Amino acid sequence: MKINWAALGSTFGVSLLITLGVVAAFSFGISSLSRRETALAGGTAAGRGGAAVSTAVAVVCFGACAAAVGYGLYLIAGA
Amino acid sequence: MEHITFLVTVVIITALAFDFTNGFHDTANAMATSIATGALRPKVAVAISGVLNLAGAFLSVAVAKTISGGIIDEKAGIKPQVIFAALIGAILWNLVTWLRGIPSSSSHALYGGLIGATLVAVGMHGVHFNIVVTKILIPAVASPIVAGVAAWGATRLAYRITRKGDEKVNAKGFTAGQIASASLVSLAHGTNDAQKTMGIITLTLVTSGVLAPGSNPPTWVILSSGVAIAAGTYLGGWRIIRTLGRGITEIAAPQGLAAQTASAAVILTSSHMGFGLSTTHVCSGGIMGAGKGGPTGQVNWSTARRMTYAWGLTLPAAAALGGIGTMLADQGSWGVGALALIGIGVSGWIYLISRRRPIDATNVVAEPTVDVLSAPLEPAPASAATAAA
Repeated sequence: MKINWAALGSTFGVSLLITLGVVAAFSFGISSLSRRETALAGGTAAGRGGAAVSTAVAVVCFGACAAAVGYGLYLIAGA
Repeated sequence: MEHITFLVTVVIITALAFDFTNGFHDTANAMATSIATGALRPKVAVAISGVLNLAGAFLSVAVAKTISGGIIDEKAGIKPQVIFAALIGAILWNLVTWLRGIPSSSSHALYGGLIGATLVAVGMHGVHFNIVVTKILIPAVASPIVAGVAAWGATRLAYRITRKGDEKVNAKGFTAGQIASASLVSLAHGTNDAQKTMGIITLTLVTSGVLAPGSNPPTWVILSSGVAIAAGTYLGGWRIIRTLGRGITEIAAPQGLAAQTASAAVILTSSHMGFGLSTTHVCSGGIMGAGKGGPTGQVNWSTARRMTYAWGLTLPAAAALGGIGTMLADQGSWGVGALALIGIGVSGWIYLISRRRPIDATNVVAEPTVDVLSAPLEPAPASAATAAA
């Protein structure tokens, strides 16, 4: 009996990295939204600029999560 | 399909019945934490999960095509009554574990039933034991650990990254993320587990000569499997939802997100690698990891330990039931009939026991149930009182 340790190991590694990556991206997205709230609450011009940057960061973060999910679905549907 | 015998019809109906039990047994995997944190109302959660399970059934037929050929030697002379006995064994084990609120693996029940029935029917050469070890047993041990470690790390990350954030924004964001990740787990579950039933039905049709070997599942098989698992999911296995949502650890939205993301990642990558893993094991591992990584870090290890014993028991127990069933079903038509009556009788009996102390959408998160797995089948007066309150 031959156990394919390489396949097991890579499954372990890939799952771990994807999980940490997606959850980290999502959390950064949420914390950007928090910063946006704080910046908007200030009401200054600099605050509005900061809010725009935070919004952009949040969009990128959530977009990365959506892309990861989309790739996952593509993998099941294509397998 | 030109000529489907009565026996094949019975096997198909039984396979769909197993699919149905699979659905309500595994609702908890995707939705237990969302229900426990209040992100979704119980009825809404099972409705979403049911629809996504149905959708998932249509995504792929890859697992269906490998279900039987891998573990069981198709050429060894598997007859429909052997598959029938395997399914009865799997259904009964699923119902017993559901009654006790144990999140055991529906897939292992099915594999176990098939292995036991095949051993009795054709002997040792009918089962590929090396594949059983490398594709089922090793992933069964490894996958919950991987999901647990990933969920633990992800929980720590999520809390650390958002710790300075606005509390309202955090709560809203994580709740949305939890719902999205739970939906993904439901979809992955539909595509994995509905396909196992499709594989069984297709195998039956092939062994009875209705379909050519190596055929894809016909559309009516895909549709009926999807509908059966979706209906079972919508019914909601509230007993198991309670164990997973409240029995192991107290879960907050970031932990639910972490646990489900880890579960979805492990299920999808492992299916891609061809490991026949159990969504139940993965999701339970994820929840334990998220509990350990959370603010309190408390996990109810005694519940977790009892759950692990049940996991170990599932393969041999379902195999024993499937084997005994095969001895009966091999006696001819009267044996198959007797086995069918026993299956229906025991299922009905288990249902009646479950009505004595019902758990449904209204009381699923009502009380923390540390002792849910050790609860006796006969309702003790004290717990009956709290259930009624």
